[in-house]
Amino acid sequence: MKIFITLFTSILLFSGLAFAETPEDKGLAIAKEDDRRDNGFQDFTANMVMLLKNRQGEESVRHIRNKTLEVEGDGDKSISIFDRPRDIKGTALLNFTHKTGTDDQWLYLPALKRVKRISSANKSGSFMGSEFAYEDVTSQEVEKYSYKWIRDEDHEGEKCFVFERYPVYKNSGYTRQVVWLDQKEYKILKIEFYDRKNAPLKTLKQSKFKQYLDKYWYPEEMHMKNHQTGKSTLLTWTKYKFKNGLKDKDFNKNSLKRAR
Amino acid sequence: MRFLGFSTDYRVFFSEDNPQLVAFETLQNTYTKNDNVMFAVEPKDRKVFTPQTLAIVEEITQASWKIPYSLRVDSITNFQYTWSEGDDLVVQDLIENAESFTDEQLKKVQAVALAEPLLRNRLITQKSDITGINVTINLPHKSISETPEVVAFVRDMKDKFEKKYPSIKIYLTGVVFMDNAFNEAGEGDMKSLVPVMYSIVLIIMALTLRTFWGTFVTVLIMAFSILTGMGLAGWSGILLTPISANAPTIILTLAVADSIHILVTLFYEMRHGKSKYEAIQESLRVNHQPVFITSVTTAIGFLSLNFSDSPPFRDLGNIVAMGVMAAYVYSVLFLPAMLSLLPLRVKAGSSSQNGFIDALGDWVIHNRKSLFWGMMSLIIVLSSQIPRIEIDEKFNEYFDTRYQFRVDNDYVEKHLTGFESIEYSLKAGESGGISNPEYLKKVDAFAEWYREQPGVLYVSTLTDTMKRLNKNMHGDDESYYRLPDERDLSAQYLLLYELSLPFGLDLNNQINIDKSSTRFTAILESVSTQAALDLEDSAQEWLRNNAPPEMASHGASPLIMFSHIAMRNIDSMMTGTILALLLISAILAGVLKSFKLGLISTIPNLVPVFMTFGIWAIFVGHIGMAVSVVAPVALGIIVDDTVHFLSKYRRARQELGKTAEEAVRYSFHTVGTALFLTSVILVCGFFVLTFSGFQMNVHLGLMTTIAILCALVADFLFLPTLLMRFSDPSPLREAELKI
Repeated sequence: MKIFITLFTSILLFSGLAFAETPEDKGLAIAKEDDRRDNGFQDFTANMVMLLKNRQGEESVRHIRNKTLEVEGDGDKSISIFDRPRDIKGTALLNFTHKTGTDDQWLYLPALKRVKRISSANKSGSFMGSEFAYEDVTSQEVEKYSYKWIRDEDHEGEKCFVFERYPVYKNSGYTRQVVWLDQKEYKILKIEFYDRKNAPLKTLKQSKFKQYLDKYWYPEEMHMKNHQTGKSTLLTWTKYKFKNGLKDKDFNKNSLKRAR
Repeated sequence: MRFLGFSTDYRVFFSEDNPQLVAFETLQNTYTKNDNVMFAVEPKDRKVFTPQTLAIVEEITQASWKIPYSLRVDSITNFQYTWSEGDDLVVQDLIENAESFTDEQLKKVQAVALAEPLLRNRLITQKSDITGINVTINLPHKSISETPEVVAFVRDMKDKFEKKYPSIKIYLTGVVFMDNAFNEAGEGDMKSLVPVMYSIVLIIMALTLRTFWGTFVTVLIMAFSILTGMGLAGWSGILLTPISANAPTIILTLAVADSIHILVTLFYEMRHGKSKYEAIQESLRVNHQPVFITSVTTAIGFLSLNFSDSPPFRDLGNIVAMGVMAAYVYSVLFLPAMLSLLPLRVKAGSSSQNGFIDALGDWVIHNRKSLFWGMMSLIIVLSSQIPRIEIDEKFNEYFDTRYQFRVDNDYVEKHLTGFESIEYSLKAGESGGISNPEYLKKVDAFAEWYREQPGVLYVSTLTDTMKRLNKNMHGDDESYYRLPDERDLSAQYLLLYELSLPFGLDLNNQINIDKSSTRFTAILESVSTQAALDLEDSAQEWLRNNAPPEMASHGASPLIMFSHIAMRNIDSMMTGTILALLLISAILAGVLKSFKLGLISTIPNLVPVFMTFGIWAIFVGHIGMAVSVVAPVALGIIVDDTVHFLSKYRRARQELGKTAEEAVRYSFHTVGTALFLTSVILVCGFFVLTFSGFQMNVHLGLMTTIAILCALVADFLFLPTLLMRFSDPSPLREAELKI
């Protein structure tokens, strides 16, 4: 029975791709295929450096270590440990993303030696003062958007799907995002973000993709430019490590306190 | 002309390297821009905290995110209210779904709003009868249509909301609306005042010259001169501002003066029996030189505006200088050519004005002694008043109540909050240093000091947020409403808070990316530029005495920028005017071939300026940015009178060998009428400007009017007595003995 259902859904998926009737169907099919290709990594750890710049030319750096656990049937769980700036060293953020509804977040504050739940329904703001909003960095579940395929186009020498996605989340800062996804490896090369008045707000460019476990393509650089404020943020990822044997118990409030 | 655009940004008043502009831009580049649109929502029952009104505020807040170029919307409803619930820090909109609020809920949010230093006196009043919605606008400054676009959108919103909800009234203000008022002022004056003025000038000319064709040709000269000046301006990429938009008016009046001198002599000669061609020749012979000199000296006067620190004034000077020289060329080339082709007729011997002017000349000669001393004492009395003038003006009084912006802004200032601000970027001196308790304490003390200063309505500082967070983290215990004691504690509270904030309401507008400085904003009630500078001076003193050196920061804001530029403009114009005067006197000495006449000429050139400021001191008292340009503008015009009078005087003395007394009589006879006529026309031209709704233009018009009248008085009543007193050849002495 289970095999039959899997088979059936694959056929549906396949036919969806091949005979997509409406641009909406085709967009959704692309997103689903992208999601499918990302599945099965189990867990990974990586280090992240954020370089912030403002119009005045000032710069600032944040260092974060990241652990992510794939959760079957729901969004991923992750812990981010802040190493720099030194005032927030040891602060750690636990994050449960959900396919639907608001995500759960807890922050461990070493100065207070307490875990605080972030109880805000509206977490679309800037992530640590950067140009990345929380909704940009959290795990991108298919259910968080509706989709519409726009066209196929060559982008920086790669054949891409260009599709729009519309946030389901009512407090989102965006009306839509235009995504350039390469057709061969399903790497997101570029996203244009449009704000609530549908004016161009930011552009994300992802580059230096590397393949891990012969399967997963991850960018080493993510550059977000805010066109309205002139500020920008460069995320650099290093030391990707997969299948570290992380368990569910490594992602709860107690493990958050111990995260170093 | 096709390149001429209208600027819609108050920043055009500042040159790119203006230090206050640089400070302001740095601040905006470090945090975010602070151009804004402010809705003031006043419910007719004067109760903001009702479900209906709060729901409307929620709706307007929501809709405001759609305003073009909006970056951020702040209101009492979307204020990020924080409180603790067990181990949670709850961060959410203060007011959501107000429609279903109970009385208890209403009371609670009212108490929170009124206790919140970030809201009180800014977005809500103690009486809770009016509330504000502040929209931060980030104009890319790529096109001059951005400001009108925002204004049109917001006005449309206001109309729709007022129509949908008759229970509220909306007032609109903010920097964007002020910018727009500058724009409307310039355009409005061009559309309404200029046509009026043109008609007045034409009517006076036609009436006094009593010639159709002469008036017609003068109109052509005016038109050509204006087109040339403005066309060249368009070519050189000058953007029109309410200041430089006056250029056509000024060119017009000056072009008229040139033509009138030539026409008056021409008709005089024709009346005395000369043929048209002979009259044209004679008129050109006697007028060419003075018209040339006056054009050059006027151009110099206007070019001295280039000493101004403010580009619109420089533009005005350059456009007028080009127009004046064009007027000269057209007057001596085109005017005679046209006149020789057109049918001109005059009634012989009808010269009533000349009779009047001659009588005036005789009267002056007869009473020269008492006139000399009378004028001397008048001049001294008036000049002694000048020190009473204060360099001071109020920003919001730039526009009178004909502008909706002024009306709305006055209302908002009276009932809700101030328009003016002073901002500081307070540096902690190290990365992340804003969490340092020492730094926070200093900033807090500065805020406390600032709040006590007269005229300060509101201060926005990070320290209030820090205190609130500290309280929240201690189970909302009021005794913890104070700054955290430890650096890492502050930093971590901030991180937690930042992670909880929604789109657009982050702290990036008050903390720099390196967390090494914060923005500090004081909102002031309507203050004069002098008071603003005084406040900023004492703030600087406070920082010097109480804060570490790295915290030193100059106040930045449009108010501070305008306050400084008014002062600096006046200083630089002093230099410009003095240099222009020296240059003009040197030219006069050279052309009149008499050092002495050159020297004497400085007196009637300077005297009207002193008299004008003296009269101004008595009747108005304070001067602002616009008035600093009057001296050079008036100088250019005043000199004309002197030149015409002196050139005729010299001609009489040297060509005709007359005594000083006879030469004075001759000057009155030959140029008196023309001087009188041109003065009347110029006065009418500039006086029209006083009907502008834009205060700079009112002052410019009024002061120039006074200056022209003073110049006429000085040239008719004072210069002749001087000439007769200090002219050496003996005929004068003999004449004097006879009296």
